Amino acid sequence: MEHAVKCVGLKKTFTKKKSVTALDQITFSIEQREIFGIVGPNGSGKSTLIRILSTLLIPDEGSAYIFGYDVVRDYAKIRPLINRVSVDAAFFKGISAWENLRYAARLYGLGSREAKERALVILRQLGFSEKRFHEPLEDLSRGMQQKVAIARAFFTSPMLLLLDEPTTGLDPRSKQEVQKYIRTSMSHNGLTILLSTHDMHETEMLCDRVAIIIDGRFAVAGRPQELLHQYNKPNLEEVFLEVTGKAWLEVEDES
Amino acid sequence: MNLKAHGYGSIAFVERNFALIKRYFGWELVFLSYNIVNALAIGLIGVYMGKEMVLYLIIGALVWGFLSILFHEISESIAWERWEGTIEYTFMAPISRFVHLIGNCLHAVTYGVIRSTLILMIVIFFFNISIKDANLLGLVIILLVSGLSFVGLGLVAAILPLLSTEKGVYATHIFEAVLLLISGVYYEIDVLPNWIRPLSYISPATYTLRAMRAALLEGAAMKQLLPTILLLVAIGVVLIPLGMLIFREAELYAKRTGKLKRSG
Repeated sequence: MEHAVKCVGLKKTFTKKKSVTALDQITFSIEQREIFGIVGPNGSGKSTLIRILSTLLIPDEGSAYIFGYDVVRDYAKIRPLINRVSVDAAFFKGISAWENLRYAARLYGLGSREAKERALVILRQLGFSEKRFHEPLEDLSRGMQQKVAIARAFFTSPMLLLLDEPTTGLDPRSKQEVQKYIRTSMSHNGLTILLSTHDMHETEMLCDRVAIIIDGRFAVAGRPQELLHQYNKPNLEEVFLEVTGKAWLEVEDES
Repeated sequence: MNLKAHGYGSIAFVERNFALIKRYFGWELVFLSYNIVNALAIGLIGVYMGKEMVLYLIIGALVWGFLSILFHEISESIAWERWEGTIEYTFMAPISRFVHLIGNCLHAVTYGVIRSTLILMIVIFFFNISIKDANLLGLVIILLVSGLSFVGLGLVAAILPLLSTEKGVYATHIFEAVLLLISGVYYEIDVLPNWIRPLSYISPATYTLRAMRAALLEGAAMKQLLPTILLLVAIGVVLIPLGMLIFREAELYAKRTGKLKRSG
């Protein structure tokens, strides 16, 4: 079976005042129907990797494939197969959740009625109050906006979802609702998910495999339980300390 | 994607932009009122200068209003997406850049026609203008073909906010202002200083205004207007694909340098 994602020697450097290597020789693959977690502090390269896989960034070196398609050459074949949730819910904030979702739906060739039905099913499961569906997004809380962003990503029925810190900044209840929805979707829809997160607990709970990324490099990758066993540690934060020589909370604060 | 899906794609931009207009309708009323008052004030200057100048100046105000809406709406739709951070979602959606940009152009033309027609009706009523001797068919054709060239200019200008959200918007306004200066909107280009006059020959608005005035003030026949119509079509035929091409190159540059991202 074709890998859902395959990256070989990915490198990306940004140059503004000085040159910053965001990704450095990243090689990994994700099986179909797997949740692969990438955990690392801010600026470690998680979002850069997700942008490359979203066909929004061109790598300097190396290759990335989604279901066998090259992200640079075959971007038009990849785009119907993927969707993404970013850490900040990017919307036209002045218009309603429904108007934003209808816009997204049309870009993916979905009719208005079908889009509305699908969106409402997802939003109900996420605990989004239906009464707020026609209110401007700027009047909704960050948690509610993020739920609309999750509906936007799921209702186009992608084969690969790129979730870039989807629960960062959410209140505990919203976070649980989103995590529960991700788990349910995996069991029903047979999606593949790449989940980037700061939350070690979330990684352990949701992911089949996980990679710890720091300074643009994968420090370690494997199944969470295997990593705990391999390093003989009770949790991934301890594994992070063992592998990088830095305490997770310390790195989080620095970033 | 099939044709139906591409149709949905184009409609997405029209629908979204009209939703934004509805949301900020108060501002729409403010800008519309300002445009109406501006057209009337310019017409009144014409009354002061002599009655034959009224229509001359009003044509300038109306045509410039229409063309600047096209130019502005197309380039600003990209700027707005950059401000909101939604451009990454639009760019990763399964629609071609052609469908994306044509969708924005479709909205700009519809919006421009509605606004300009409204202002025209108010101006005709206010000044009790008679246009019974005008070549109205010629007038409509000129407006449509000049729309093509301004859509092309809008596409070229749209790369500026694509590459730099804030500075790009500054630059598009300066570009628009220069077009206003050099295109003979309220005066003949002969009055421009010699060193600046050559610029007026590369502005499609110069030819649009000249032909519009000929059709409205002199009732010029289609045969007389045809060379200008063909010239404007040619400018549009060159500028639209050129605009698309430049936009595509700018997109590639933005994807190489990471300029599409807002944050995160």
